[in-house]
Amino acid sequence: MKNTITKGIAGQRGTKVRSDCYIEITPKSSGGIKLDFKSKVDVMYGDNIKDQIFEMCRFFYFRHADILIEDYGALPFTIAARFELALKRLFPKSTAEYLLPMHKNNNYKTSFSRLRRSRLYLPGNEPKFFPNAGLHEPDGIILDLEDSVAPTEKDSAQLLVRNALRSIDFYGSERMVRINQLPQGLDDLKYIVPHNVHVILIPKCESAEQINDVEEEVNRIRKKHKIKNEIYFMPIIESAKGVVNSFEIAAASKNIIALAVGLEDYTADIGTQRTDEGKESFFARSQIINAAKAAHIQAIDTVYSDVTNMEGLRDSVIEAKGLGFEGKGCIHPRQIKVVHEAMAPTENEIDKAKKIVLAFDEAKSKGIGVVSIGSKMIDAPVVKRAQRTIELALLNKIIPGNWRKEIEK
Amino acid sequence: MKLVKNAAGRMVPTQVNKLKLTPYKEIGKFRPKGNKAKPPIRTCADYPDDGNKVVKNLKEALKKAGLKDGMTISTHHHLRNGDVLTNQLFDTIKSMGIKNIRWYPSASFPCHEHLIKYLKDGTIHHIEGSMNGPLGRFTSHGKMKGVGILRSHGGRYQAVQDGEVHIDIAVIAAPTADPFGNATGDRGPAACGLLGFALADSEYADKVVVATDNLVPFPCVPWQIQGNNVDFVVEVDTLGDPSKIVSGTTQVTRSPDRLLIAEYVARFIEDAGILKDGFSMQAGAGGTNLAFALFLKERMKAQGVKARFIRGGSTQYLVQMLEEGLTDYILDGQTFDLEGVRSMRENANHVNTSPFTSYNFHGKGNFASIVDTAVLGATEVDINFNANVATHSDGYLLHGIGGWQNCLFSKCTILAIPSFRDRIPVIVDEVTTLCGPGELIDVIITERGIAINPKRKDLLKAVKNSDLPIKPIKQIYEEVNQLCGGAPAKPKINKNKVVAIIKWVDGTVIDSVFEVKQ
Repeated sequence: MKNTITKGIAGQRGTKVRSDCYIEITPKSSGGIKLDFKSKVDVMYGDNIKDQIFEMCRFFYFRHADILIEDYGALPFTIAARFELALKRLFPKSTAEYLLPMHKNNNYKTSFSRLRRSRLYLPGNEPKFFPNAGLHEPDGIILDLEDSVAPTEKDSAQLLVRNALRSIDFYGSERMVRINQLPQGLDDLKYIVPHNVHVILIPKCESAEQINDVEEEVNRIRKKHKIKNEIYFMPIIESAKGVVNSFEIAAASKNIIALAVGLEDYTADIGTQRTDEGKESFFARSQIINAAKAAHIQAIDTVYSDVTNMEGLRDSVIEAKGLGFEGKGCIHPRQIKVVHEAMAPTENEIDKAKKIVLAFDEAKSKGIGVVSIGSKMIDAPVVKRAQRTIELALLNKIIPGNWRKEIEK
Repeated sequence: MKLVKNAAGRMVPTQVNKLKLTPYKEIGKFRPKGNKAKPPIRTCADYPDDGNKVVKNLKEALKKAGLKDGMTISTHHHLRNGDVLTNQLFDTIKSMGIKNIRWYPSASFPCHEHLIKYLKDGTIHHIEGSMNGPLGRFTSHGKMKGVGILRSHGGRYQAVQDGEVHIDIAVIAAPTADPFGNATGDRGPAACGLLGFALADSEYADKVVVATDNLVPFPCVPWQIQGNNVDFVVEVDTLGDPSKIVSGTTQVTRSPDRLLIAEYVARFIEDAGILKDGFSMQAGAGGTNLAFALFLKERMKAQGVKARFIRGGSTQYLVQMLEEGLTDYILDGQTFDLEGVRSMRENANHVNTSPFTSYNFHGKGNFASIVDTAVLGATEVDINFNANVATHSDGYLLHGIGGWQNCLFSKCTILAIPSFRDRIPVIVDEVTTLCGPGELIDVIITERGIAINPKRKDLLKAVKNSDLPIKPIKQIYEEVNQLCGGAPAKPKINKNKVVAIIKWVDGTVIDSVFEVKQ
């Protein structure tokens, strides 16, 4: 059958487009590469962009074509992703990948139990949000391939997210990607696993089997690319079935670091509306916290969607913390600081915890089995909670590392 | 055109439009001698005893004022982008067959695109003021007959005072005026706030015309412009479009990155020890600046600190600070929104200023250097802290200088800017056009970090223990270049053709703007 596609098109165009570009490639049988080029940054970067396009043509052994480029100040990682996509749409069987160099700051690792108070969602096909996201210091940045990407642009986001993982400095935030719902999401993995993704978010997760499928594919790609780093999973529970199976899911792999809950889909699934009060999801949230704790992993709450209501957000984080959640999803950078503040232990909690931990230390050093403050005996779980509070206060940088000395003074 | 290298290392002409120029020396090194320019002696016997100076229309006023080819006509930008009068003024001048006018506005706006046809047909010879938007492109393409001259608000006053610019006819748009010529900007359908930019013109011009769309019986109170300096009063249908003169709402930025910059500015001012009882600051009207004022307000409340005065660009946010008792005074240079105009009418502590009190170089001091901190913007800053506000990185004229150069004299001058815009770096190796020397610029605050001028050892020391992201400017520069895919190419300019010059506050020439090759 004759190939009917005569033009490869990628990117975005229009007066409102910023930091992106639009590319049309029409292959020819002769005549070399002809560029029709318009750019908002022509004076400053016109030659640079043309060089990049010619270099990519050479890389893909692509010699004859009319190429239209409308550039709206796209950064090199975006231009590369759009150009590669336009070619890929012309030649779907091509497997060659044009990889930009890995940014020197992008090789850091994560850890199983790091703080995950905030995770900032970025739409995977919107390059303008990428470069500055890390400056707002979320614990994690999620490049989203799922709900924020139009079904027709999934291939587009795959390449853009891959390039972002290599080129964009995340400034120390945990590097996360939300893949598509399975089985479609399995196809996303080859674009992220080789590029130092730290955590893969698995949406609408309903069974341990799904985790196993993802893990198997991840391991296959890891082996192929000789990836040594651990890659962690965060299943998102968004359905009644997922809630019922939450412990099985939480315990499905040693690489699961947290269970998250997604309430928009969940409330739709149980046939109700999401309310501010949240009575309708109380069971699901508590169940997920229980499952997570039983599997010794973190429990992470859903997003707060009113980006203008900071007090509402603060209250919602305090409530989530009260239930046992350790993190919250963010859809706007200004939410991050509020989440961190509200998730942190309060001054009162810290003061109490300090006394208990000091009493415990003293009892231990004296070889006494019973911890007490004054005439009051302190139970073991209370000590454990106090130790966790101090740990969190340290991680949140609320108290100095040498807080014991400061108290003695 | 002969170009020489000035003390900042920039190539500048020694003469433009038959005007002899002094190349920039160094800050405070140029001390002109002699006497100030002086207006001719007037006699009240030459003016109507009943105080009625109203004439039929603008044409009549210009005729009576003796309009001739080659004269200098001044206007002012307090009607901002809503200005209708200036366009009508030049329509009238054109209809009278007059040529080669030197237009001396305090600033121009996109609405003045209308005047391009008069620049083309020779009605206007050149502009000395600012060349924004379409006028900027026209000038940058080398199409203006003469060479443009950009001055700061203070520099404009200075040029009038030392006789470099002799204004033949000043046309002052007055939102309210009486037949004697007393005028105010704080009321009337085209209320804009204050008329300070027209003060020098009212005192020094040969002839002064006041145009108003709200003529009231004598006396017009307050009289921001004194009728005793006015020759003619003209009633017009409208001065302009109120919605473009002042906006009902001046919006705080919603961009998370700009908010981050604004928050860093407020935190810096606190951590550097500037935020203490009785401090003073200058804040502008850009979205980032408005947000900064809000963040600072929170910190002032938390610390129980009150300002002695705030200079503005007044907006609803500064007015709230005044009315909540967080500052004793607003010393206002320009009113940006309706709340600012209202407050100016109602609050005795919301005080009018002018370029004379705020910025004047030939005054016995001015307010700008008394201010503890000024937060400003820029189109480019280089790794030596030199900054540009007049041109874009592609070489085109973009903005006027406004009060920006004058404000650099504050005790701590902060430029709050993004490190890049789309793909265009704002932190560069060398500015396209030098408008402010780095030695006056103390702190650069971007979303990627804060750079303190190494000359300010005191500031570096003050924030030593701050957890703000303080970095060398070179580091921010390199980070941005890496992100943008290398340093930007320089604009393609014709180095033999100067299309405009940038004056420093003292009247010397600090840099040239060259023709952009198309």
